[in-house]
Amino acid sequence: MTTIILFAPLLGALICGFGWRLMGEKAGQWTATGLLFLAALLSWIVFFSFDGEAERVQVLRWIESGTLSTDWAIRLDRLTAIMLIVITTVSALVHLYSFGYMAHDENFRENEPYRARFFAYLSFFTFAMLMLVTADNLVQMFFGWEGVGLASYLLIGFYFRKPSANAAAIKAFVVNRVGDFGFLLGILALYLLVDSVQFDTIFAAGPQLAETQLTFLWRDWTAVEVVAVLLFIGAMGKSAQLFLHTWLPDAMEGPTPVSALIHAATMVTAGVFLVCRMSPIMEYAPNAMMFVTVIGASTAFFAATVGLVQTDIKRVIAYSTCSQLGYMFVAAGVGVYSVAMFHLFTHAFFKAMLFLGAGSVIHGMHHEQDMRNYGGLRKKLPYTFWAMMIGTLAITGVGIPLTHIGFAGFLSKDAVIESAWGAQSGVGNYAFWLLVLAAAMTSFYSWRLMFLTFYGKPRGDRHTHEHAHESPMVMLAPLGVLALGAVFSGMVWYGSFFGDHAQVNRFFGIPAHAEAAAADDHGAESGGAGDDIGEGLGQALEEVAEGDAAAALEDITEPTADGHGGEGTHAEVMAGGWEAGAIYMAPDNHVMDEAHHAPAWVKASPFFAMLIGFVLAWLMYIRRPDTPAKFAAAARPAYLFLLNKWYFDEIYDFVFVRPANWVARTLWKRGDGTIIDGAINGIALGIVPFFTRLAGRAQSGYLFHYAFAMVLGIAILITWMTLAGGAN
Amino acid sequence: MNSLLSIVCFIPMLAAIILALFLRGDDEASRQNARWLALIATTASFLLSLLILAGFEPGGGFQFVEEREWIGGLTYKMGVDGISVLFVMLTTFLMPLVILSTWEVQVRVKEYMIAFLLLETLMLGVFMALDLILFYLFFEGGLIPMFLIIGIWGGKDRIYAAFKFFLYTFLGSVLMLVAMLAMYGDAGTTDIVALLDHTFDFGTIEVLGIQIVGGLQTLLWLAFFASFAVKMPMWPVHTWLPDAHVQAPTAGSVVLAAILLKLGGYGFLRFSLPMFPVASELLAPFVLWISAIAIVYASLVALAQTDMKKLVAYSSVAHMGYVTAGIFAANQQGLDGAIFQMISHGFISGALFLCVGVIYDRMHTREIDAYGGLVNRMPQYALIFMLFTMANVGLPGTSGFVGEFLTLMGMFQANTWVAAVATTGVILSASYGLWLYRRVVMGDLIKESLRSITDLTARERWIFAPLVAMTILLGVYPAPVLDRIGPAVAELLQDRNLALDAAGLTGPAEVAQAN
Repeated sequence: MTTIILFAPLLGALICGFGWRLMGEKAGQWTATGLLFLAALLSWIVFFSFDGEAERVQVLRWIESGTLSTDWAIRLDRLTAIMLIVITTVSALVHLYSFGYMAHDENFRENEPYRARFFAYLSFFTFAMLMLVTADNLVQMFFGWEGVGLASYLLIGFYFRKPSANAAAIKAFVVNRVGDFGFLLGILALYLLVDSVQFDTIFAAGPQLAETQLTFLWRDWTAVEVVAVLLFIGAMGKSAQLFLHTWLPDAMEGPTPVSALIHAATMVTAGVFLVCRMSPIMEYAPNAMMFVTVIGASTAFFAATVGLVQTDIKRVIAYSTCSQLGYMFVAAGVGVYSVAMFHLFTHAFFKAMLFLGAGSVIHGMHHEQDMRNYGGLRKKLPYTFWAMMIGTLAITGVGIPLTHIGFAGFLSKDAVIESAWGAQSGVGNYAFWLLVLAAAMTSFYSWRLMFLTFYGKPRGDRHTHEHAHESPMVMLAPLGVLALGAVFSGMVWYGSFFGDHAQVNRFFGIPAHAEAAAADDHGAESGGAGDDIGEGLGQALEEVAEGDAAAALEDITEPTADGHGGEGTHAEVMAGGWEAGAIYMAPDNHVMDEAHHAPAWVKASPFFAMLIGFVLAWLMYIRRPDTPAKFAAAARPAYLFLLNKWYFDEIYDFVFVRPANWVARTLWKRGDGTIIDGAINGIALGIVPFFTRLAGRAQSGYLFHYAFAMVLGIAILITWMTLAGGAN
Repeated sequence: MNSLLSIVCFIPMLAAIILALFLRGDDEASRQNARWLALIATTASFLLSLLILAGFEPGGGFQFVEEREWIGGLTYKMGVDGISVLFVMLTTFLMPLVILSTWEVQVRVKEYMIAFLLLETLMLGVFMALDLILFYLFFEGGLIPMFLIIGIWGGKDRIYAAFKFFLYTFLGSVLMLVAMLAMYGDAGTTDIVALLDHTFDFGTIEVLGIQIVGGLQTLLWLAFFASFAVKMPMWPVHTWLPDAHVQAPTAGSVVLAAILLKLGGYGFLRFSLPMFPVASELLAPFVLWISAIAIVYASLVALAQTDMKKLVAYSSVAHMGYVTAGIFAANQQGLDGAIFQMISHGFISGALFLCVGVIYDRMHTREIDAYGGLVNRMPQYALIFMLFTMANVGLPGTSGFVGEFLTLMGMFQANTWVAAVATTGVILSASYGLWLYRRVVMGDLIKESLRSITDLTARERWIFAPLVAMTILLGVYPAPVLDRIGPAVAELLQDRNLALDAAGLTGPAEVAQAN
């Protein structure tokens, strides 16, 4: 079944991309979309029927050389299953949505075919992304990794006539390659250390790698730290983390459905997936994980500050994505991988929805993207407005504090923030405070977007506003489906990702024996309440939600302290390392328990941050719409600093791009020209005049008769010389 | 079929002789005859070479061996092993496509065909020869048709380019010649198989007051290195290549990049590494660093190019850097990767030069600035060019990745710093590759001169189709290549390790576990 899920999009891409000339564009588009919906349907079946045991399906041999052996193979475990539904669902919906969004495009000429190409790229992207998440070894994962990079490049540059789109496409690919540089070295290092690139072998080698010392950059590290950092550099590129983030905002040059699918819901989360996938390695690299946490928290903060002042609707959401990815890395960095996946999961729904909503606005406003030219669109685009409203409620984290009732973002984001606090460490606190600040800013820029777009008076071109129209059903239906996810996905799966140990372990297929003691206690208490969530297809969604509400209630009423009960047992089996399961949390990793027992002020802090952001946005954009301009004028340097994205692009241009170009020219003109050719001409000075005299006489081919004669002469000469030598 | 190799090797030459002797006149009909004869001969050679591939047994040492007495007491000995058989296949596979790509040439067609046919025989001979003298004849003889191709059918500075090409390679040849004489003096045979078993002296000797560690081996190694390094070409003796490429006609560039550049790499594999193991071990760090520099240097220089062919040429230099580094990493992955990279580069760089040729034929310029927005009128071309750009960049799923990845893996085991420097190549190659693609293919079609440019013709599609197929096939399923070279490489490494042990030098630890 996973094989069908994996190859259906590829088939769709090929049929649509090459067959549309024969069957027509419409048919091609429907084929690609149909196959995607099939894949999505099967993914949900796989997700619900998955029993926690990892499966492996071999497809084909790949690179084999000496002890290096890589296959095309499918690995299905809980992480894969989660990613499968995220990818195929969002992708199927985006395909559908694109029928409307791409129906007319002023970037293309009349009758110019572009739709089939767009759908083929989308399907190809989906295939590559599925390859990435179903890989059973690092090299195959790298295939998917680069494949999505290619798809992203093609789709960002989809409007190939726009110079800005082309520039953005190249930037995305090259910056990602900087990250790949780290990823690739990480793979090489792992192979050198454990003699394999297979996940199972690598995972089992975690404890051993933690013992191995490696000298790198003038000091000794454990091998596992070096590997973890190298892999994380790859993740930073793909997931647009600080220092390698500059491509993501520019990537908004692509059509909006692309932004929703690739640059919000799926591809950019690949880095988070990588870190979670490699958790059995990461768990042994505390310093690397500190690095992950710091980068994640800093990115979340940085991107949120920039998002405050952007005026392009897509760029605001892009920075918001960047920021939310930072949240996920924080969760992974403090060692609560399940929460990282939780936020990834919910974020996919609400962020895809925000983007598609923004796309609907842009579509309705004739490709106007500047929010300063929006305003008062609530009436004109009622469905879009409500969709965006749900998305905003989800991303800002609206819910009832200290309960588990709320929009998706409320549950997952709060889980991240509690986890950061639960780390009880310096970087944990750093992350906690930055994330709370970022939560306030998230709320501010999200509401600012809502207020500027849908409230107030229409601004900008009157003509555009008069012709603003609601999008067709084919675009609104996907919004409706995603809205379900944005509202319920948090509540339904809260227990599975961030419930008690037993529940999380069962969900991720982690063998219970080590935690048995603790799990038993837990099990007794939470038994029957909300544990079977997500396990059987038979359970209707309502039931699940109900069950979870019960579990939620229980958690509120009984802030228990069992996590500590099992500590003694944990310590004893410490040396065991990874055995099975989609993620690995070392026995001494109690961050999740600590997070569960965080004081009320910690748990409530994101909620209040959200309120503050909302109130500020309301004051500035509804109550006194003239304040933002005053603010900007009063703190002009700060405003410009944020508006120019902390000047990262300018700095990179100055530090990397220009010097590289200068060095390139210098090496060419001076190095190749003056030095090498100069030296060789110098050496040859004795012979050159002789030959140039010949060349002077030579017309066209004559010189070569000389050359011919010469080489032949040499050949004859040596023949005789060797013969003579042989006689001795 | 005891003389299959000779048949495959000399069919093109036979056709060349027929052309030279019997084809008269320069009207369209006789030109067409010349083309068809060349196409048939190269195709026949390719089809027969499939028998070699089919009959080849991986790990079976030298096969299809022929040995005959020859003029003046020399021996004519041919044979292929796992290292050379695929180069033979690469050559026979590409030559019909090369002939097809010359279909529209109108100047001295008969001579043009003769030059390519001769060239094919000589190149095949290099990969098949198992005798030192024979090897030398083929190796040096191959220069002549190439000179002619550049010198007669080349661009306006062809004399300068051919001349530079000649000067460079000539210097190396002389040194190699001397080394071969010395080898004969030491071992008393010119049989390559016997020479592979011979241990050349590696005791430290003193020449002109300079201590030479590794003795005779080092000297011989250096002499061969001078020749092969130029052929590769390695930094800093690469500057002939861009000039030669720029001046060569399209088909000449294809052969040069796809096959002639592989002669150097093949030489390293056939001579330097197995025959002079001690010297190779001693000098490996030097080669590794030169290679790493080549990758970064050539990639950077490629960024600054304004001529399409020069850009692709510099990218070739960078890719050959992976090859030399892989070879002298001297472990299974490095060598497998180096050979794979050479094969794959044959398809990819050949295709890239053809891509340049396609638009050169239409617009008669290679200046990047003269183009822009081709995708508007040439969607098929854009697709093909994209594929090969990505293959050149080393995207997984194309053959370019497998070679690059394996060589990097080999390098990493030999020297992590070299590998780290070389890996920056993946960033730089993406930069120059996409930058070129953007300026030529993307954007709006504004330039008046390009308004009526046409997409690929059927003939051009037929040339690209096999290359596309091979690039993707080997990228997704490289086993057909790796299965054949693997055992031969393992054997080579085993012998090398024994030699190093005997010399009291322990090879890299990885080699032991490589088989």
